[in-house]
Amino acid sequence: MEFLLALVVGLMFGSALFLMLSGILVRFVFGFALMGNAVNLLIFAAGRLTHVNPPLIDPDQTIPAASVANALPQALILTAIVIGFAMTIFLLVLLYRAYDQARTLDADLNSFLVEIPKTTGQHVSEKKEPA
Amino acid sequence: MTNLLILPILLPMVFAVLTILFRTHHRHANTMAIIGAVLHLFVSCLLMAAVLDRKVISLWVGSWPSPAGISLVADYLGAIMVLVTAVLHTAVVVYARIDITVRQIQSGFYPFMLLLTAAICGAFLTGDLFNLYVWFEVMLMTSFGIMVMENPAGRLTNAVKYVTLNLVSTMVLLTGIGLLYGLTGTLNLADLHDKAARVENTALLTSTALMLMTAFGIKAALFPLFFWLPASYHTLPASVAAFFGGMLTKVGVYALIRLFTLVFVTQTHITHTALMIAGILTMVSGVVTAASQMDIRRILSFHIISQVGYMVLGLSVLTPLALAAALIFMVHNIIAKANLFLVGGLMHRVTGSFHLTQMGSLYKTHGLLSLAFFIPAFSLAGFPPLSGFWGKLLIIYACLESRHYLSAALAALVGLLTLFSMVKIWSEAFWKPSPRSDTTPAGEKLSFWSLAPVLCLCLFTVLLGLFIEPVLQLALVAGEQLLNPAAYILAVKGGG
Repeated sequence: MEFLLALVVGLMFGSALFLMLSGILVRFVFGFALMGNAVNLLIFAAGRLTHVNPPLIDPDQTIPAASVANALPQALILTAIVIGFAMTIFLLVLLYRAYDQARTLDADLNSFLVEIPKTTGQHVSEKKEPA
Repeated sequence: MTNLLILPILLPMVFAVLTILFRTHHRHANTMAIIGAVLHLFVSCLLMAAVLDRKVISLWVGSWPSPAGISLVADYLGAIMVLVTAVLHTAVVVYARIDITVRQIQSGFYPFMLLLTAAICGAFLTGDLFNLYVWFEVMLMTSFGIMVMENPAGRLTNAVKYVTLNLVSTMVLLTGIGLLYGLTGTLNLADLHDKAARVENTALLTSTALMLMTAFGIKAALFPLFFWLPASYHTLPASVAAFFGGMLTKVGVYALIRLFTLVFVTQTHITHTALMIAGILTMVSGVVTAASQMDIRRILSFHIISQVGYMVLGLSVLTPLALAAALIFMVHNIIAKANLFLVGGLMHRVTGSFHLTQMGSLYKTHGLLSLAFFIPAFSLAGFPPLSGFWGKLLIIYACLESRHYLSAALAALVGLLTLFSMVKIWSEAFWKPSPRSDTTPAGEKLSFWSLAPVLCLCLFTVLLGLFIEPVLQLALVAGEQLLNPAAYILAVKGGG
């Protein structure tokens, strides 16, 4: 089971890296989301993978009777998922806005890389600089 | 008493909410933010006093027992960093009164700024690795917010570079945390100190350490992971650039110092050698690139990178003196660097440009501004008796003491090149006759609100340099405390 999960995590990391390195930023978003899930699986696997009971404690006891599932990695993953959601959404909106300005999301194209001069005319000098 | 620990995090959050309410009244928002910043400074001073009194204080949030709960810990390093954050935050918020436009305030500048401060203090005070990750995420989110506020033309593609690289670094960080949890079964830093030393699979532990080093290396702008920094900082408003340039990379350095003195200390021949090589290359590449720039903000951005190298070099030597030197250098650098960004903003106000070729004769027209530039710039370059001189001297001395002669020589050389950059700005912007023959510089008279924070930070730099003896004693205690974390661990595990 652990071996299988390791394989899956590795595969997801690999595909995520491939997507992130492609230079098209929409693919970066997909890669980011995929990598987030891969990391979550990794944390899940790190917190012991056995077929056990849910971490519930009987009302008249203070500690669980039998061995129970580790609740901590699940809490960590939950936090990471929530943060990952927020980041993905922010990234999507940012890329949408950037697309509005640059008319492309191909990070290798010059129209994306070169800075758009400010309209106020204050920073005339910046035009000369490479981005 | 220990509840004091939560205040540097909670207070800015409360004021962030208050400033949201005043979003449409920009003057009130600013006043509110200044009140918040001053109170935060006061609380940070109290925390510092408490730490001086009791060495290490810790708090288990919500009274969950050790090690299941979330702990906040303040030792010397943490308390000093919180105090410096508060000083800089106060100066920046005052400066923001003239620097930030009404529209930027309406897009939420102050709430973001206060939340960012809360997150930075959280990162300095947390005793838990996963919490460190969460605070880094809060820092990222708020800094993203500030970076894209008001949606100015030409800045978004820069923000994209910043955002993407930082997101990659958080992914690497989270992966490292997952692996470390798998290896040790805990994420509490004090707990990790014992358990990481007992891990049998040292190969996996070292790769985890290197993974976390990569993650924090991106945040701290270490070689070769620094490209996001100069690509994004030079388009920000001066006050934001000052706060980002002063603080954000240093939080990464702080995390490196914390992890590589408390957790990963068994395989130093690999991890700390890697840190040393990265530190040296960072120093050299940053300063060499800076020498070729002509835009003030770009020069300063590259110098941030170069100086992060010094701190990491200090960490990698791993003696009490080297850690003390790194700490002094970090405090000096946060203040001086941020101050230079603020002064750069004022120079732009006066001359209408950030480009050195467009400036000139500021020495003749703006005496106080020249003074405000001179002090942090030559402190950065390492002129005695300013604070930067002591920082560099101590780091070089610590390198020599532990027989890292090449590092010491390179550190001295980089200091020389820093001087070159600062002299370049000085002669171009202050001494050279103004290129605009037609008029006197277009800018207005600099008001109290713009000069006061800058001059206060100058005073801080000067005082830090003049009273180096007590500062060094304090830093040495902090260095000792980092290398012998028994007190830290006792304070955390004893439940404080």
